[in-house]
Amino acid sequence: MAALLDVKNLKVHFHTRNGVIKAVDDVSFSVNAGETLAIVGESGSGKSVTCYSLLDLLPKPPAKIEGGTAMFDGEDLLNCSADRMRHFRGNDIAMIFQDPMTSLNPNLTVGEQLVEPLIYHPDKARRQDRAAAKLRAIDLLDEVGILDSERRFDSYPHEFSGGMRQRVMIAMALINEPRLLICDEPTTALDVTIQAQILGLIKELQQSRDVAVIFISHDLGVVAGIADKILVMCNGVAMESGKTDNIFYKTKNDYTKRLLNAIPGGPKTMKNRAQARNPLVEVKNIRTWFKDYSGSKTIIVKAVDDISLTIKRGEILGLVGESGSGKSTLGRSILQLVPTQEGTVTFDGTDLGSLSPRQLVPWRRRMQMIFQDPYASLNPRMTVFETLAEPLLYHGIADKSAVTEQVQALMDDVGLARAHMRKYPHEFSGGQRQRIAIGRAIATKPELIIADEPVSALDVTIQAQILDLILGLVERHNLTMMFISHDLSVVRYISDRVMVMHHGVLVEQGKTETLWAKPKKAYTKNLLKAIPIADPRLERARN
Amino acid sequence: MSTNEITVTAEKGTSLWEDAWIKLRKNRLALIGLGLLLSLCVISLLTPWIAPYGYEEQNLLMGATPPSAEHWLGTDIFGRDMLTRIMWGGRVSLMVGFIATAVALAIGVIYGAVAGYIGGRVDMVMMRLVDILYALPFMIFIILLMVVFGRNLLLLFFAIGAVEWLTMARIVRGQVMSLRKQEFVEAAHSLGLSQWIIIRRHIIPNTLGPVIVYTTLTIPSVMLLEAFLSFLGLGIQPPQSSWGLLINYGVETMEEYPWLLIFPGVALSLTLFALNFLGDGLRDALDPRTSKD
Repeated sequence: MAALLDVKNLKVHFHTRNGVIKAVDDVSFSVNAGETLAIVGESGSGKSVTCYSLLDLLPKPPAKIEGGTAMFDGEDLLNCSADRMRHFRGNDIAMIFQDPMTSLNPNLTVGEQLVEPLIYHPDKARRQDRAAAKLRAIDLLDEVGILDSERRFDSYPHEFSGGMRQRVMIAMALINEPRLLICDEPTTALDVTIQAQILGLIKELQQSRDVAVIFISHDLGVVAGIADKILVMCNGVAMESGKTDNIFYKTKNDYTKRLLNAIPGGPKTMKNRAQARNPLVEVKNIRTWFKDYSGSKTIIVKAVDDISLTIKRGEILGLVGESGSGKSTLGRSILQLVPTQEGTVTFDGTDLGSLSPRQLVPWRRRMQMIFQDPYASLNPRMTVFETLAEPLLYHGIADKSAVTEQVQALMDDVGLARAHMRKYPHEFSGGQRQRIAIGRAIATKPELIIADEPVSALDVTIQAQILDLILGLVERHNLTMMFISHDLSVVRYISDRVMVMHHGVLVEQGKTETLWAKPKKAYTKNLLKAIPIADPRLERARN
Repeated sequence: MSTNEITVTAEKGTSLWEDAWIKLRKNRLALIGLGLLLSLCVISLLTPWIAPYGYEEQNLLMGATPPSAEHWLGTDIFGRDMLTRIMWGGRVSLMVGFIATAVALAIGVIYGAVAGYIGGRVDMVMMRLVDILYALPFMIFIILLMVVFGRNLLLLFFAIGAVEWLTMARIVRGQVMSLRKQEFVEAAHSLGLSQWIIIRRHIIPNTLGPVIVYTTLTIPSVMLLEAFLSFLGLGIQPPQSSWGLLINYGVETMEEYPWLLIFPGVALSLTLFALNFLGDGLRDALDPRTSKD
C-alpha cells in the first residue's frame, strides 16, 4: 500500500541578507493512514518549517522550496496550484498550533469559528447551511470533551481555559474530516495534567477516524506514548528515523542519544546539604491577594492564600504547581516584590515586612531571583558587562577599577566566554542568556535564590546543562534555593524537598523521593500520573 | 593574564552611545542629515557677520525683484534681500525648534516615565492633569502667558515647549507601562536598585525609539507653531523674521512673487528632511538589535 503522505528529499532554504539558511536539508519521511509520525528536534531544527512547507504556509520570500516532492495521495503538494492547495487545506490536511491562546480569534465566538470551514468550504458542493453546520460543530465539541457543548457554542475564546481552547482547536481541525492531521507542539503551552488529556484525546480520535498524524515536538518524553515512528531532526537535517522502540532502545545516533540523556528523570544525585537548625526563611500564614477589575465587578484573586513554610539553609526546595496555582506569586512574595496582605516573611531572623523599601535594600543583596524567560529578563540595551557590573557597583561590592575583573570571574563561574563581555543579549542563544541572568543573580553573593521556572523556556539539552550549572553553583557558593517549576521531572532531579501548590493553597509537602513514592493527596497523585514517561514500553503499559 | 588584558582593551568602551556613533557613521543618509543640520546651524550662528545685507535694510525703489546676481534669492516687496532674511529667520526658527523641543522632551519623558512607572493613583492624577491641559485651548494658554509675562522670545520657547510635551508624555507613559512589567525591570528591582536608577537606566533607554521619531516630528511642527503665533502678533515681530513668518507672507503674494514662498519653504523642507534622516538613523543606531556592520 502506498503511504498517504510520502515526502522525498525536501529542501527548504531561507534567503536572508546574511546568506542562505538551509532550514530543511534533504529530509524524507512518510506516513500511512492511522499512523502517527513524530518529528522531534530542538528549536531551529527545521521541524516546523518542514510541515509548514507542506501546506504552503511559509512566507515566500524569504523561504524557498529548493527541491523534493511531497506526494499526498498521488499528488505533489509542493507543486500544485493555489486553488488545489486551498482544497487540500480545507479537506484533507488540518493543522493544530502550539499556542491555543493566540490561535483562536478573540472577537468571534467559538461556534462561529467552528462552522466557518463548513459554510465557506472551497468545494462548493460540500458547503453546508448554517443550521447543519452548527449541529455538526456541536457534535464535534461533544466528541473532543467539551461539556455543555450547545451553550458553549456561543462562548468566546477567553471564556475557555487553555486546555479547553486546545480542544476547540482540535474540533476545528477535525471538522472537515481530514485524512492528515499536523500537530505543531500542541501540548507545549499546557499543564501536565491537561497535556495528558490532550494527548489521550488526539490518540483516541486518531484511532476512531483512522487519520494519519504528524506530531511535532521538542520533547521525546511526550512522544513516547503516542508515536509509531519518529524522525529526529537537527539543524535542518534528518539525524535518524525509525520505529519508536528502535529510536528509544536501539539508537546508534549520537544526537538521539544526547536528546534521550538530556530528558530529566530519576532522583537527585547530589547529597542533601540542608542544615536542620536555624532555617534561613520562615513564612507564616502569608496571603497575597490581587484585585482584578473586570468590567463593573471587582474580583479578588487569592493568588497565595494562607501559606506557611520554612526553607532550611543549604537546601533546594522545589515548588510545584500548574499555571495559576500561585507558585510564582509565592516566590515574589517571599522576596517582597509584590505587596502581601497578611502574614510574615522572616529572613535570617528579620521580619522583612516591617522594613521600609529603603531599609530593605541591604537585604535584597542577600536574596535574588532567576526568571523564566531569558529573552525578557535582560535589558536589551545593556551589554553583558553592564548587566553584571550594575549590581556589583550599586552594592559597593566592587569599585570601578576592580569591576572588570569581577565580571570576568562571574562569567567564568556561569560558563560564559570572557570574549562575549561587550555583547548585547540578542547576540546570545536562550541558554547563554539564562547563564547571564544567573550570573546577575549570583553577583551579589546572595544566600537565597528563588528560581522561577528557569529552564522551562529552554531546549532539553540546554535545560540539562543549565540544571547542572545551577546544582554546581548551589554547591560552590553554599546557596539556599527555592526552585519553582511546573515540570515535575525537573523538580525531582534538582530538589531535596518538594511542595505542591494548587489554587493558592499548599496541598502537600515532603522529601522528594518520599513524595514521589507515596503521594498522600489525590491531587498530587494525579499530577504524578500525568508526567509523560520517556519510555514507550512503560508508557504503553500504563494505559 | 596578558591575553585577558588584550581582550579587555580591544573591546573596551563600546557603551550604547559609542556603539550608536559607530553605527551612525556607517549610515550615509543619517550623516547627510547631520551634516546639513550642522551647516544650517553654523550659518545661523555666523549670520550677523556673513549676511550680505542688513535684515532691515529696505530698498523701496527695487520692490520685489526675482533672483539676480545682486540678490541671489531675490528681494521682498520692501526690497529687502531674501537670502539675508532667510538667514536671520533661520536663527529664530532653529532656536525655537530646538529649544522648545528640548523643553518638551525633558518634561514629557520624565513626566511620562514617572507616571507610567509608578502607576496606580499617581498615574491617574498625573494623566488627568495632562488631559486637562490638552483640553485647555492652546491659544488662551499662550495669550495668558504673554499677558502675564510680557512678550519675550524665551517665554515663547517655554510656552511652545510646555504645550508640546503633552503628547510626548503620553507616548512615553504607554511605553513605560509595558516595560514596567518586563522581567528585566523586576530583576533590577530585586537587585535593590532605587526607583530613579531603574527609570533612568532600564526604562528610559528602552523608550528611545519612539521618542526619537516623535522628536524629529515635533521640531518642524514647533517651527510652524512659532510662525502661527508670530502671525497673530504673539511671537517675533517684523522687521525680525523667521521661516514660518516668511512663508506666511510668501503665501499671500504667491501668485505675483513665488520666490518669496519657495525659498523659505525650501529652507524649512531641507531642515525637515535632515531631521528625518538623522532621526531614523539615530533610532536604528541606538537599537543594539540592528547589526553593527
